[in-house]
Amino acid sequence: MKIRLKKKEGKGGDQQWLYGIYSGCLVVIFILCFVLSLHAKEVDYINISNPFLNKTPIAITKFKAFNGHGAEVNGGITAQQILKDGLDFTGYLKVLNPAAFLSNPAQTGIDLGNIIFKDWTGIGADLLVTGGIEENQGQVTLQLRLFDTFNSKLLVGRVYTGKSSQIRQMIHRFCSEISHKLTGNWGIFNSKVAFVSTVNGNKEIFVSEFDGHNPKQITTHKSISLSPAWSSDGQWLAYVSYARGKPDIYIKNLKGNRGAIVNNKGSNLSPDWMPGKLTLAAALSFSGNQEIYLLTKKGEVTKRITKTWGVNVSPRFSPDGRKIAFTSNRGGTPQIYIKNLDGGAARRITFTGRYNTSPAWSPDGKKIAYVGIEKNAVNIFVITIASGLGTPVQLTMDQGSNEDPSFSPDGGLIVFTSKRGGGVSRLFVMTSAGTDQRRLLTLGGKQSQPYWSKSTRFEN
Amino acid sequence: MNKKMWMNLIVAMLVLGLFMTVSCAKKTIVSDGTTIEDQEKAKAKALAEQERIKSQELRDQMAKEKESKIVTAQTRFMNENILFVFDSFQLSPTAKALLKEKAEWLSENSKYSVTIEGHCDENGTTEYNIALGERRALAVKKYLKNLGIAGYRLTTVSFGEEKPLDTGNTEAAYQKNRRAQFVL
Repeated sequence: MKIRLKKKEGKGGDQQWLYGIYSGCLVVIFILCFVLSLHAKEVDYINISNPFLNKTPIAITKFKAFNGHGAEVNGGITAQQILKDGLDFTGYLKVLNPAAFLSNPAQTGIDLGNIIFKDWTGIGADLLVTGGIEENQGQVTLQLRLFDTFNSKLLVGRVYTGKSSQIRQMIHRFCSEISHKLTGNWGIFNSKVAFVSTVNGNKEIFVSEFDGHNPKQITTHKSISLSPAWSSDGQWLAYVSYARGKPDIYIKNLKGNRGAIVNNKGSNLSPDWMPGKLTLAAALSFSGNQEIYLLTKKGEVTKRITKTWGVNVSPRFSPDGRKIAFTSNRGGTPQIYIKNLDGGAARRITFTGRYNTSPAWSPDGKKIAYVGIEKNAVNIFVITIASGLGTPVQLTMDQGSNEDPSFSPDGGLIVFTSKRGGGVSRLFVMTSAGTDQRRLLTLGGKQSQPYWSKSTRFEN
Repeated sequence: MNKKMWMNLIVAMLVLGLFMTVSCAKKTIVSDGTTIEDQEKAKAKALAEQERIKSQELRDQMAKEKESKIVTAQTRFMNENILFVFDSFQLSPTAKALLKEKAEWLSENSKYSVTIEGHCDENGTTEYNIALGERRALAVKKYLKNLGIAGYRLTTVSFGEEKPLDTGNTEAAYQKNRRAQFVL
């Protein structure tokens, strides 16, 4: 069946988009034809990388039901909830309690001319989102607008059309537009989280949407599968599996049957994809020592990066693809080092404590999150590495052991594994400043090793 | 002299007669005597058989004991793990003593090849623990090689913290889990 997503001209916008979506049973192919008139990038409203940011208060109104029938009203309630959850999830917006609202645009009108901005500035809302819904035999049209209340200005206006089952997707497209307008970054709404979950005692690789929705099992090795890593185009996963009795790296294209297995003698561990390329880094021990190498997507070793006896593991590419952070015990204890791909000595970046592992770069390349063990407590820390080494900042505390940090593509959030509250390993998410720690998803079994994808913008 | 000759003849006749008598008597006894010999033979045979059974039993028992000793040695070989302290792959004196015992077993049982599994407790981080477990397995392999065990008989694999022996979260459990384990 064929559906069309059509985006009308927004009031404040000078862009014109035309979306067409062909939807199969499982696969949705987006066909896009758009004309985008270029204009200067506006000033970012929110700087996500500021760890001391205050959340920006945003009001989200009830959806106006244009025809007012039951299916439409219910669709509006669903859409509003998804919108609230989505914007709240970002970590930099504070969704205001509707009990404080002074006006009701669902009745008085949702467009620029009908908004009484002082009603919103008066309750402390810097931003306002209004929504409208038209429903006709399962087909839904959503009108969505983001306003700057202090400047009485429409920031983003979009109209989406699709099936009522696609409300979530349409709302997240709009959330992505909001992210882009506010932060200059397309945000998390089209991103995914790969992770490990137990299934009947085996560990398999799973993938969920950014907020933990719709978890799907990717592997069925019925073995121990670990360390999933996304390619930056989101099309490939590399992971480790014991399916053949020892740790090998599996390279898998998610849309086809293409792939490869890296099964050198010894262990093949901790793959990571180079940003923008289908090149991998991984820790291999075929030489008799665990060293970090670069590999092609077919698994052929092209370059050796480390040459130091001892453990060298968990390579992670810097966002510019020119450096690798990794864990090494060359100094006697596991610590985090950074090395340039084109040579030079490795630079140690952790000096506090006797156990620091599992580095993860922030998307701006200025910080590294990692796991530190101090006094038998396993916690997540973050350290600034740009313009000299900063002081480690502890992000988790007094709540079980916490491992496997991975930044969201906008840098605002960190997903991690925690054994808080009962000792069972679960996925959690927090802001990159360590606030708002909460469960990412509820799923049977034990979850671990989340890896947030890098893809940030919805496909056409 | 003639008279004496007669006397001698009579004596000879008497002796002969006596002999005949004895001979006749013996004839009846002979058949009885044969039975006794058979009995004694049978007795001796039974005795020998008993001895044979006894020594067979002894041999069987010895074989059994030897076999159970082998089984015990093999069980011990497989179940006595080499233990490590946290974040370490150094072999303790206890570990070395145990490895010498294992090397002896491996020398005596040259038909076996073994896999040395390296394991960790759950306290470290997943990827580092697989690397550490591999170092533990390699440390054990190196020590056994130095004791003369051929390298091709020793395969290593690390499971990191994926296969704890004891799933508890006490130090006692962690200690059990930080191990190198032998699998035939």
